[in-house]
Amino acid sequence: MSDITKQSLTELVENIKDKKLSSTDVTKAFIQRSEKSSELNAYITDDFTLALDKAKKFDQKPNLDLKLPGIPMAVKDLFCTKNVKTTAGSKILNNFVPTYESTVTENIWNEGAILLGKLNCDEFAMGSSNETSHFGNVQNPIDKNLVPGGSSGGSASAVAGQLTPITIGTDTGGSIRQPASFTGIVGLKPTYGSCSRYGIVAFASSLDQAGPMGQNVKDCALLQEVISTYDPKDSTSVNFKRNHYSKELTKNIKGKKIGIPKEYRVDGMPKEIEDLWQKGIQYVKDCGAETIDISLPHTSYALPTYYIVAPAEASSNLARYDGVKYGYRAKGENLIDMYEKTRSEGFGAEVQRRIMIGTYVLSSGYYDAYYLKAQKVRKLIKNDFDEAYKKVDAILTPSTPSSAFKIGEKTNDPVSMYLNDIFTVPVNLAGLPGISIPAGHDTKGYPLGLQIIGKAFDEQNILNIAFAMEEKINFKNKITDWWIK
Amino acid sequence: MNKKNTEYLINRKDNQYEVVIGLEVHAQVLSESKLFSSSSTKFGAEPNTQVSLVDAAFPGMLPVINEFCIKQAIKTGIGLNAKINKRSVFDRKNYFYADLPQGYQISQFKDPIVGEGKVILDMPNGQKEVGIERLHLEQDAGKSIHDLDPKNTFVDLNRSGVALMEIVSKPDLRSPDEVNAYIKKLRSIMRYLGTCDGNMQEGSLRADVNVSVRPKGSREFGTRCEIKNVNSIKFMQMAIEYEANRQVDLIEEGKTIDQETRLFDTKKNETRSMRSKEDAHDYRYFPDPDLLPLEVSAKFIEELKNDIPELPDDKKKRFIKEFKLSSYEANILVSDIDTAKYFEEVVAKMGKNKDIKLAVNWITGELFAVLNSKGLEISQSPVSAKNFAILINLIKNGTISGKIAKTVFELMIDGDKDPQKIVVEKGLKQQSDPKALEALIDKIINDNREKAIEYKQGKEKLFGFFVGQAMKASGGKANPQLINEILKKKL
Repeated sequence: MSDITKQSLTELVENIKDKKLSSTDVTKAFIQRSEKSSELNAYITDDFTLALDKAKKFDQKPNLDLKLPGIPMAVKDLFCTKNVKTTAGSKILNNFVPTYESTVTENIWNEGAILLGKLNCDEFAMGSSNETSHFGNVQNPIDKNLVPGGSSGGSASAVAGQLTPITIGTDTGGSIRQPASFTGIVGLKPTYGSCSRYGIVAFASSLDQAGPMGQNVKDCALLQEVISTYDPKDSTSVNFKRNHYSKELTKNIKGKKIGIPKEYRVDGMPKEIEDLWQKGIQYVKDCGAETIDISLPHTSYALPTYYIVAPAEASSNLARYDGVKYGYRAKGENLIDMYEKTRSEGFGAEVQRRIMIGTYVLSSGYYDAYYLKAQKVRKLIKNDFDEAYKKVDAILTPSTPSSAFKIGEKTNDPVSMYLNDIFTVPVNLAGLPGISIPAGHDTKGYPLGLQIIGKAFDEQNILNIAFAMEEKINFKNKITDWWIK
Repeated sequence: MNKKNTEYLINRKDNQYEVVIGLEVHAQVLSESKLFSSSSTKFGAEPNTQVSLVDAAFPGMLPVINEFCIKQAIKTGIGLNAKINKRSVFDRKNYFYADLPQGYQISQFKDPIVGEGKVILDMPNGQKEVGIERLHLEQDAGKSIHDLDPKNTFVDLNRSGVALMEIVSKPDLRSPDEVNAYIKKLRSIMRYLGTCDGNMQEGSLRADVNVSVRPKGSREFGTRCEIKNVNSIKFMQMAIEYEANRQVDLIEEGKTIDQETRLFDTKKNETRSMRSKEDAHDYRYFPDPDLLPLEVSAKFIEELKNDIPELPDDKKKRFIKEFKLSSYEANILVSDIDTAKYFEEVVAKMGKNKDIKLAVNWITGELFAVLNSKGLEISQSPVSAKNFAILINLIKNGTISGKIAKTVFELMIDGDKDPQKIVVEKGLKQQSDPKALEALIDKIINDNREKAIEYKQGKEKLFGFFVGQAMKASGGKANPQLINEILKKKL
């Protein structure tokens, strides 16, 4: 069967279940395409040999009752994978091989999927362009020299470039939704507490959440169904009744009330983003839903709040990378000298910048003015959403304030880079689910995404809305395979 | 006793200084596993054999609270008559050290699990109340070992993540003796509760000691110094004595005291500056985002309250009332839970016709002496409470004399032998047959006629001589009371 890699996850699962394809066929196809796609630099580590062995083993005794029977899958290199190097895109973990598996990836393998390899990402997930990775930037399959977004840039590039049928990313301030938007794919950030954080290299613990990134909504619903489990090993994991997201998926969203927050109409937003949003509003209406203008008054404080809370937590979370126990260690005259050299050489500039910011905002004398105040604002932002959800079932916004930018375009302007997360960050601060779906192209032909934000633990609802809109939008990603020689 | 005489004051020329002491006691929670991981907490294992991925802070590892440790902390709070906080928060205390794998210690900074409480001390001049400021839970760090290699430091993470209770007292202590009594009381309460084994040699109980001095009568506190991590009561007392005198000397010389952290050098018996206030760490405390605030229900606390055993203060009251013991005797018996247990078992085994006073004297006398000389705890006593009770009953019912009992007791030590059997086997039963004793005494008087006459003429001291002779002739087995009676009659 040709064009295996063009098939969606749902199609591949069906074809394997119907025995039209074997796991070996599928795995081979994705390995071959991945091997031809080294220019994208989507992988940090591949596990192709073992993947093929596993596929063959699966085919010998296929368990077709599983949700991901023999499906090969590459994952973001932030998930610890047993016996497979896990770097978090950092030099400091360049040689780190976990002896354990993250809960999310464990769930995936338990449903029959096979690890293809580990995908590139911004160092410790800190970045919006995948340019902070120690292993080099990732190319956007849409266009050469275009960033794929970040931090799950390798994941987005791999799905859009069809190096993996589906993948998982992590989203702390937009790291799933923004790259999904930049590469023309679907990305879901679940409610905080939906997916276990156990075994995921931590960036900002109160914001980090794993989620699916795929070619379409149904694929993401299926993967979400697999990865979202209650996990006692993560104290912030929530034990709620989880839906069978893919089975319960419906395009019937008649009568749903969709909020349109006026505060997302930010200064200097390109007209094409505004136009896309208006188109989105029309699609929603075409699906039989109703739109209601709402206000989320504290939206403009979200980005500064995020850039206090996330670095504060990161500065503490990354203290463990000290050269003592594992990972990179520089030689030093004494303990302090070793720490300083290890961390100066092991961390890149963006990570160091955020550690500095985080250390500063937690310092005595500044704590109240920054961290404490940020926590209070965070509560206000959450209250905004709570208030809005008294009137609406979900909220529709653009995913990003622009389409993908050029590699190197924003590297020297961190603030402009941070502004990329302006529409995604409030969702993390409020702990809500958000999904980005491709909804159109800008004048350069680059994809643009729309974001649907839901109530906490109401993933089914935003998946349904996305599913309905997806049909109306009928988005076609313009992939020319330019990188394949 | 005059209260004034027992005041601990430091005298210089015309000035008298009072010492103000507050303690931060670190008590290891008695639990099978650590505060946030399932690794064992057993003492003395090979280095780095009780370390989980969480304890070693591997990427992506998350802490999960050990509910048992929470229960232990709440129980301890109840034992300290303290307020239990239904909501408490775990914070991160950030600092770098090789034996701190996470780069932060999880501790309760702003909202501890236990609030204000109090402890009553029995001092020679009466009772003294010491206020408890708070009790919070925190992780212990690992251990850096600097003396195994000339160039490298080794790290043992077995302790890393073990649950500690930090019990902070108010600055209510005024002397090394009070510190001694306070630590012993805390230890006693926690051992009764089973929340800390109180083993100072194994580091289960250590303290940071805050010391300041002020002119006698002054109401204001002086500048304090904190002496870090002192691990025996003796060292605490020595450190306080040294530190208080150092501070007084500074004041007398017209100098000021710097608020600082100091270290006690046990070899030189002095405290040394570790770091000044200016060099103090900025720990950048903030709530640990990996852990939700800890909420406990009133019901949960109530259930733990029902689980609290009789504590030393109540036990003491009961012993005084029920067994007519003196406050002093009761104190000795209740201060250690195992002593109290032993005593109560002896009382139970003695049955109806018991002599509790006699039992108390024998426990605090003969038994303690044996334990002391053998370096044993009462829980390891070579004589079981059951046999001990039999021995006391043998004395009480006149089967053996107190003197013979000592001989029997010595024989019992080897293998916890039944005293009744020893008495039979060794023929140590007391001679209480008046006829036989009369015959024996007649013979003695006959043999010592001159002395008998002297006695009658008024040399009353000689009575003791006759008693001695009678005892000797009976091989020590004669009932001393009967001997007395017969001698008085015959002489």
